[in-house]
Amino acid sequence: MKTVTLTLTNPSELLLEGQNITPDNFAGKKTAEIAALDVWEGKQKSPLGKYFTIAGDGGATAAETKIVLLGDCTRVKRIGQQMTAGEIVIEGNADMYIGGWMKGGKVHVKGNVDSFCGIGMEGGELIVDGKAGCHLGSSPRGEWRGMKGGLIRVAGSVGSDTATFINGGTIIIGGAADIHVSTHGEGGTVVIKGDAKGRVGGQMVKGDIYVYGTIENPLPGFKMVGEVEQEVDGEIALFAHHIGDLGERHPVSKGKTVYANLYTRL
Amino acid sequence: MPKKVENVGCPYCGVCCDDLVVTVSDDGKKILEVENACAIGNQIFHHATGGERIRLPRLRQPDGTYKDISYEEAVDYAAKVLYNAKKPLIYGFGSTNCEGMAAAAKVAEKAGAVLDNCASICHGSSFLAIFDNGYPSCTLGETKNRADVIVYWGANPAHAHPRHMSRYSIFPRGFFTGKGHKSRKIIVIDPRHTDTAQMADIYLQVKQGHDYELFDAFRAVVRGHEIPDQVAGIKREQIVEVAEILKKARFGTIFYGMGLCHSDGRNHNVDIAISLTRDLNDFTKWTIMAMRGHYNITGPGAVWSWQYGYPYCLDLTKRDIAHMNPGETSSVDLAMRDEVDAFFNVGTDAGAHFPIDAVKHLRKHPWITVDPNINMASEISDLHIPVGIVGVEVPGIVYRMDNVPIQYRKVIDPPEGVISDEELFERIHQRLCELEAEETAKEGAKAAPEGVRAGSEP
Repeated sequence: MKTVTLTLTNPSELLLEGQNITPDNFAGKKTAEIAALDVWEGKQKSPLGKYFTIAGDGGATAAETKIVLLGDCTRVKRIGQQMTAGEIVIEGNADMYIGGWMKGGKVHVKGNVDSFCGIGMEGGELIVDGKAGCHLGSSPRGEWRGMKGGLIRVAGSVGSDTATFINGGTIIIGGAADIHVSTHGEGGTVVIKGDAKGRVGGQMVKGDIYVYGTIENPLPGFKMVGEVEQEVDGEIALFAHHIGDLGERHPVSKGKTVYANLYTRL
Repeated sequence: MPKKVENVGCPYCGVCCDDLVVTVSDDGKKILEVENACAIGNQIFHHATGGERIRLPRLRQPDGTYKDISYEEAVDYAAKVLYNAKKPLIYGFGSTNCEGMAAAAKVAEKAGAVLDNCASICHGSSFLAIFDNGYPSCTLGETKNRADVIVYWGANPAHAHPRHMSRYSIFPRGFFTGKGHKSRKIIVIDPRHTDTAQMADIYLQVKQGHDYELFDAFRAVVRGHEIPDQVAGIKREQIVEVAEILKKARFGTIFYGMGLCHSDGRNHNVDIAISLTRDLNDFTKWTIMAMRGHYNITGPGAVWSWQYGYPYCLDLTKRDIAHMNPGETSSVDLAMRDEVDAFFNVGTDAGAHFPIDAVKHLRKHPWITVDPNINMASEISDLHIPVGIVGVEVPGIVYRMDNVPIQYRKVIDPPEGVISDEELFERIHQRLCELEAEETAKEGAKAAPEGVRAGSEP
């Protein structure tokens, strides 16, 4: 695997849109070609090399390309957007849409990320060591087919609107979650190891949510049906099992109504 | 002999009353009387000729004062600000006509700007819910003629839409509602006991910020499920009672306001209200409608959706690709995140409505206000361009809160020399084209963005 190192040496005045910073776009390119890729600052299109110092060549394919971002990328959006393979390591913070619509490969952010990260995700892995903003693993606006697959792991807390319209895949949150988790969910799994503020599983049709801490304002549409032992993220624990959202439509499979499951740790 | 102009549309709120009678002095220069309008609509007409108006654009001088300049100089200044900015923001349009909005969109596209309207801090979250969940709505005429149950949720029309209740919802006698308010059940749901709540047959004092839970409870009850003893501060028996009224209605309309779309959860509160409306249609006919604020704030949503496919928060910086994602491309977020470097405030008052931090961020860059009147934004601007007042001095199309377009007329001429929003933006557009042509002639084609892969949702 070949490594391309980008160091942000000349930060932009406004936010930078770096949708070209993906292994797919770097694959098969020499350092100079990578430096010539477009990035956007508002309506101004510039080469990547204007802002970043670039070292190393891309691998032959995306899968053989690793990108390391150094410097403060707090104001760089869309890194790893739509990537299909390869690896990106962001050594600090990053802005919005990190790993948005990604299909494969791995993004590892060692700091915090802002909102809309991992939205519309279909596959691959997004690992955030710090906190994430709102709309983590959510669906893009107006899209009723949300996250389809892949894994998102955030060590810290997350903002609101996590996993809206989730359809598949797994989101594991180490800290607390703000309101609205898996709203309109139709599948997938969300694990919250801290507390959840409320509206967990609102309008949810199918799918699973695990909450280890407390839910400050549980929804009236969820009903406890029993206690179960489940293995979650490599450990076995006892959970209270709730089904819902009883106010929402639910499909019938083999004569049985399918509900969304909310498990709270006992 | 003073002249009476009949069937005049009112340029105040989203109800768009079109039955005003305005009396104009014989020289056609002064508005003498306004009949049928509410106190606020009345004031808008009288304000036009009641005092001194700004007649020329005013440019901020180094000593902080304003100096009058010509429209030509103002157009040149505005065009250059837009041309030189990397990401200008054009925001407002609460109070102008659709013609002005379309012309402004042309300018935004040419300048590679972000184009946003007051919905951004108002009913924008309703749009998001409508994208996600549809909009089972109706016209106000249908509500007037058919509805026997009215719900006002998080809205206070007694103050914000003064004639809404008398024209469309509670009092009017319609085709199938001949008994007027006697045949209607009014339900008001609000954390505050508002003046609208005083009109209600049933008032539910929902715990502030817990509307979503109450909707969820209503939905569960409508589907025949059990709910806890108390939800969002409301007792189960009362929820069940109201749910029965909703199910037994002949025709109902839920009118909702800022209480839903600007309390915690925003679009989700509206989203679940739409879901409840859909559920109720299994039993009877129910509709839902946003209580849009200004008389033509529905307009930019209609005009820009037609032009670009999105109603607000339009990022046109990549020109041939329109990108919209409130939270990123919404005005207040752009300001707070220092994402824009020029600001156009059109027919609204961002100085008064935005959080002070957002105003401070925006004020680091050029700020231009286009408005007939002096307001907080105009007083902190670098350039203030006066225009004619739509509905009083300028005619045009406006969209009522139920998406019905209405042709507004003018009753007097604007002050001499003052132009309309449409003419102003057409002239700025023309100047932008000239600037672009000058630069192309000087140094060949500018590295103009083609929009490749930008904002590229698959």
